Amino acid sequence: MTVSTDTRALRTQGVKKRPARDGGIRESAVSRTVAMAVMIVATLYFLTPLWWLLVASTKTRGDFTTTNPLWFADFALFDNIAALVTYRDGVFLQWLGNSALYAGVGALLATLIAAMAGYAIAKYTFRGRETLFNVILGGVLVPATALALPLFLLFSQAGATNTIWAVLLPSLVSPFGVYLSRIYAAASVPDEIIEAARIDGAGEVRTFFTVATRLMAPALVTIFLFQFVAIWNNFFLPLIMLRDENLFPVTLGLYVWNTQVSQIPDIRALVVIGSLLSIIPLIVTFLALQRFWQSGLANGGLK
Amino acid sequence: MAISLVARAGAIAAISALALTACSTGGTDAPGASGDCAPSDGPVTLTFTSWLPGVEEAVEIWNEENPDIQVEVQTGPNGNGGTYQNFFNQLAAGNAPDLGQIEFDAMPNFRVQDGLENIAACEGILEAEDQFVPWTWSQVTFGEEDAVYAIPQDTGPMAMFYRADLFEAAGIPVPTTWEEYEAAAVQIRAQGGYINNFSQSDINAFAGLVWQAGGEWFSNDADGWTVDLTGAETTQVAEYWQGLIDNDLVAVYPPWTDEWNAAYNSSELWTWVSAVWGANTIASGAPDTAGNWAVAPMPQWEAGASAAGNWGGSTTAVLKGSDHPYEAAQFALWLNTDADALTAMNRTANIYPATIAGAELPVFGEGVEFYGGQKIYEVFAEAGNNVDPNFTWGPTMTQVYNDVADGFSGAVSGSGTLLDALTAGQDATIAALKAASIPVKE
Repeated sequence: MTVSTDTRALRTQGVKKRPARDGGIRESAVSRTVAMAVMIVATLYFLTPLWWLLVASTKTRGDFTTTNPLWFADFALFDNIAALVTYRDGVFLQWLGNSALYAGVGALLATLIAAMAGYAIAKYTFRGRETLFNVILGGVLVPATALALPLFLLFSQAGATNTIWAVLLPSLVSPFGVYLSRIYAAASVPDEIIEAARIDGAGEVRTFFTVATRLMAPALVTIFLFQFVAIWNNFFLPLIMLRDENLFPVTLGLYVWNTQVSQIPDIRALVVIGSLLSIIPLIVTFLALQRFWQSGLANGGLK
Repeated sequence: MAISLVARAGAIAAISALALTACSTGGTDAPGASGDCAPSDGPVTLTFTSWLPGVEEAVEIWNEENPDIQVEVQTGPNGNGGTYQNFFNQLAAGNAPDLGQIEFDAMPNFRVQDGLENIAACEGILEAEDQFVPWTWSQVTFGEEDAVYAIPQDTGPMAMFYRADLFEAAGIPVPTTWEEYEAAAVQIRAQGGYINNFSQSDINAFAGLVWQAGGEWFSNDADGWTVDLTGAETTQVAEYWQGLIDNDLVAVYPPWTDEWNAAYNSSELWTWVSAVWGANTIASGAPDTAGNWAVAPMPQWEAGASAAGNWGGSTTAVLKGSDHPYEAAQFALWLNTDADALTAMNRTANIYPATIAGAELPVFGEGVEFYGGQKIYEVFAEAGNNVDPNFTWGPTMTQVYNDVADGFSGAVSGSGTLLDALTAGQDATIAALKAASIPVKE
């Protein structure tokens, strides 16, 4: 945080050194227009697929191929949803539930573990602390996809493939979370407060849960969100680990359906409406937790 | 990490070499390997991985009739979508399912990597040969003596879907040879339509066209594999379609997209040379054209001939390491020959059975409304009997498809030709086989 404040200060100075007319910093109309144009293009670029998904989800099977893909035809959203949740005895709802379980429980525990590890690395001095931290940091660089196959072989040894644990356990580690917790704990949990808690007779564990976690809350929300999204969207690990349809998360389930399109062309409509429904929990989680997140980052910036 | 990777690569190479030795020695090795196929004692539970939608319904019938041999269905994406890779991972980890769905074009890959049990010694398996459409059986035996590595499940005999109404209105005769097909293409183009769409990514469909022409991409014997993606027949097919592309007589929409569906739905495209399962693809993608389609045999290279190609189809294989090969083989045979099971799989997944009797199921005797009430399956049954049994797939088809598709997508946009793409594919395939330590003859 200090670093960013410093650079901001430097930048402001740099600007001020230039001879300024009108007494203020104003960007030229051209650069503002260009910036706006770029933003609008980017927004369209990112939102058009979503718009397409939304529109396509409301169409009947016939209209899906025959009408303008970016505008509404006969409104059949609810019929489509009904078809989706009744197809194959409602297996889609099961998948949504599985995703919620993997992402919810996984992210919660991952946040807890990352918070403890980050706090410990930030606040306790012990031999090998930096080495440990660097090793964990190295973990950020290893893509989860690269670990899926070794994990599969490990879980095979333990006979635990095709179980909930095969997806849940690997989701519990978040090297990035540990990194963020450490940085945040170092910046936002003053040693004095920990000392005070100790003098008041609180044990280390109690100090962590009652004092440190509250001060670290904004970081924890961030870690939770990141991990929630990462697990929800994780596709490769379940693809390799799971064979029982009833254990699939929604991403894998929709992918499996999508590969069946050549056998059952009609299933495509279900993939479309299913994709729309599957991103709603992500949006809800984001909107619900965003508050904590924004206020947290702003607080950090002011310090 | 590095060490284990090297070790693994080495192990794969060793297995491939072994498998091929087994392949090449054929008759001498097989009886020993398949000599023991005895029933297990007591009740068994088999696992069966398949991506056929609703295959559980057929399995349910079996489970009710066979309380001592219960089959548990597992699922996943289609083969190339991840299930084959999963099978290989599971074979390496020793926890593969007892039975797996494997398409014909992936069978050599599993054979070379020693992933299949030889079930020839199991009761009733060798005798079952007569029940299947002839070409399918050679695909599961690889021509080896006393060897059966899977039971054929479904096939994709090819024919020509065409817009009967448009041909009639324009007074164009329905083409029976590829020469007539090209002539019709010119007339259709003059009316603003296209006779067909050249698929840049369905290399297995192109293989079906080559198959019809009598070409062979792969063959293998004691000395190794021969790769021939640029043989005389393949060249003929490639140059024919290249001509249609060059003269703007076929459209080049990316297949399986909305654009492509829309082109059929808006009557811009008049025919599709495709497999039996394509019947549902059109019905779903071009709903506005219902009732106007019909099916005729594929156009021929020689007038009066009746050769057909095949696109798609799969088998039920017993995977290596199964503890109950006897029961697994019995189930695989039942699943793919029993009339109730085949009817159930046709209802839930539109499969077209690989058995001779399967083509006579009541469901295939009915007229189909989307095709103006025509009994279209009669055409496909005839086509199935006219598929050349000697076509062999290679052990690295996924790679072949990817490499050739790269070249094809260049060719449809004017860079290079289809033949260039196949020539490049030929080199890439030989390199891939060598990289996998599979012997190649050049």
